[in-house]
Amino acid sequence: MLLLLKFDSKTIRKPIISKATLETNALINILRANVGARKGEMVVEVDDSKARDVEEVFRRFGVEVVELREGIVKDEGRCVHCGLCTSICPVEVFEFDENWRVVVREERCVHCGVCIGVCPCNALSLPVNSINKDLKFHTI
Amino acid sequence: MKKTIEEINRKITEGSVCVVTAEEMKEIVEELGVERAAKEVDVVTTGTFGAMCSSGVFMNFGHSDPPIKMQRVWLNDVEAYTGIAAVDAYLGVTQLSESRGMEYGGAHVIEDLVRGKDVELRAISYGTDCYPRKKIVTEIALEDLNQAVMVNPRNAYQRYKAATNSSDRILRTYMGTLLPNYGNVTFAGCGEISPLNNDPEYRTIGVGTRIFLCGAKGYVIGEGTQHAPPFGTLMVKGNLKEMKPEFMKAIVMPGYGVTMMLGIGIPIPILDEEMAKATAIRDEQIITEIIDFGVPKRDRPVVKRISYAELKSGRVEINGEEVRVSPLSSYYMARKVMEELKKMIERGEFFLTMPVERIPTSGVLKPMRQREVKLVKSVMTKAVTISPETSVVEASKIIIEKNVNHLPVVDEKGVLIGIVTSWDIAKAVATGRIGKVAEVMTRKVITAMPDEPIESAARKMEKFNISALPVVDSRRRVLGMVTSEDLSRLLAR
Ligand code: SF4
Ligand code: SF4
Repeated sequence: MLLLLKFDSKTIRKPIISKATLETNALINILRANVGARKGEMVVEVDDSKARDVEEVFRRFGVEVVELREGIVKDEGRCVHCGLCTSICPVEVFEFDENWRVVVREERCVHCGVCIGVCPCNALSLPVNSINKDLKFHTI
Repeated sequence: MKKTIEEINRKITEGSVCVVTAEEMKEIVEELGVERAAKEVDVVTTGTFGAMCSSGVFMNFGHSDPPIKMQRVWLNDVEAYTGIAAVDAYLGVTQLSESRGMEYGGAHVIEDLVRGKDVELRAISYGTDCYPRKKIVTEIALEDLNQAVMVNPRNAYQRYKAATNSSDRILRTYMGTLLPNYGNVTFAGCGEISPLNNDPEYRTIGVGTRIFLCGAKGYVIGEGTQHAPPFGTLMVKGNLKEMKPEFMKAIVMPGYGVTMMLGIGIPIPILDEEMAKATAIRDEQIITEIIDFGVPKRDRPVVKRISYAELKSGRVEINGEEVRVSPLSSYYMARKVMEELKKMIERGEFFLTMPVERIPTSGVLKPMRQREVKLVKSVMTKAVTISPETSVVEASKIIIEKNVNHLPVVDEKGVLIGIVTSWDIAKAVATGRIGKVAEVMTRKVITAMPDEPIESAARKMEKFNISALPVVDSRRRVLGMVTSEDLSRLLAR
């Protein structure tokens, strides 16, 4: 399960990830992080069986938690199947099918947001409001 | 076994013509051989669908009352060229909107017109006795225009250089986003199904050839600009009023600008065995080069020679590592173009023409005649370098004594490991961090190479908001410094 964690100025300074690991014994894999002076966002991966408990800990410390159930969304009306996104996505979400159409394997998506700024047709978006405008993930 | 265009056209009228797509033709020749394929197939349809920046539309708006001789004209705030007759203008696809910048441009105006939308026309003039009006603002749609003719100086590139990026930063280019350290490769063109590759001698594609241009019938009007076989190009025209929106697409290459993807299809008559052989060409036989956009010069280094087959496989090897490859053209759409053209011919709606004149089968692409290209090495000054062991206080003395603002920090071999500026030193002193410079220096240093053009160094400084770059050799040994003051003095001229 992928979780989007939103920290505010109070929670950002606390070692909450470590606490969550200690309390729940769950391995927490940080896929993406952007931490500023006053707020921060993080995408983490936890085993489905432990997701509930981990979420519980984060919430208790005042962290906003969003479950990222859906991956990247491609607007079929806009996509021209140019394939630019296929070499950009770090986890190879985009592939050509046998008719040279670009298909999306969204279950692999780790919400890094990189592809969104690369598509020349503005066809890609992430379903939850995970990319805060002022805290853009400068992965690229 | 020879056929003429007239015979083929007669078959089209009778409904007995045999049309296949370029993709199908490869299989047919493989199966039946050149001789039988030439006998059975009459027409091969080829197609391409990709970004073609050198495109635009001539328009005639009709006269207003009182009339105006347009001096400047904007359509949805995108300027068109009107240095021709009073109400004629040329709108190029890459022209950007004056209010919306990179998000909207000429290509979007053209697509909006084809989709039947109203567009705001605004024009100004100095006013004359015959054209007294000085200003006009109105709405127009495609049907209101007397003529709207797409005329594209350079389209349908036969093949194109592929791109990669050796530098350590992301590049936003007309070849798409290029990831650092050879992170990906992008290429353009449709290879074996692309029109000119199927008639490499340009026997049937020439001035006057009727083509499929964005859903309408269009014509080749000559070789395109920068035509340099086997990197051939075409100049084409077609009636915008007959075009279909699904065969054109305004796009924004992030960080680069607006352009337009166009669908072009060309029918190739199989006049003889030679044409059957030509249309059997495979991606393996179409060779291009991967060039390095990490080097900001016109003559970018070639990383590798490569075939379209390798590029289309989605992965290539560079320096022993597998690198993912993205096309920029859409094969899916190029196929649609081939299929559509095939249907038009089969339905008897599209007849073939022979060129009235051939286009050149050779040519070279000359570089611009320029005033001398200034390189960084000609403007760099001596660098005052220090070791990481230098104390902050010592560094501040050097800055004052030598009257410099930047001190590159080097190891014992002269290799750059950091930089301190007078600002870093002042800040360190103010906050009481007066230990070694190693503790206060910036480690990620933006640098220049000695034979880099000065424009490229200037762009780096602007982009990273810094005022000087250490000049380093390939082993990152410091050779000198180049400062924004030195450059602005030169570039201002
Ligand atoms: S980059 Fe955009 S238009 Fe191109 S294939 Fe990907 S989603 Fe489609
Ligand atoms: S958001 Fe990141 S992981 Fe998801 S599809 Fe885009 S590039 Fe791939």
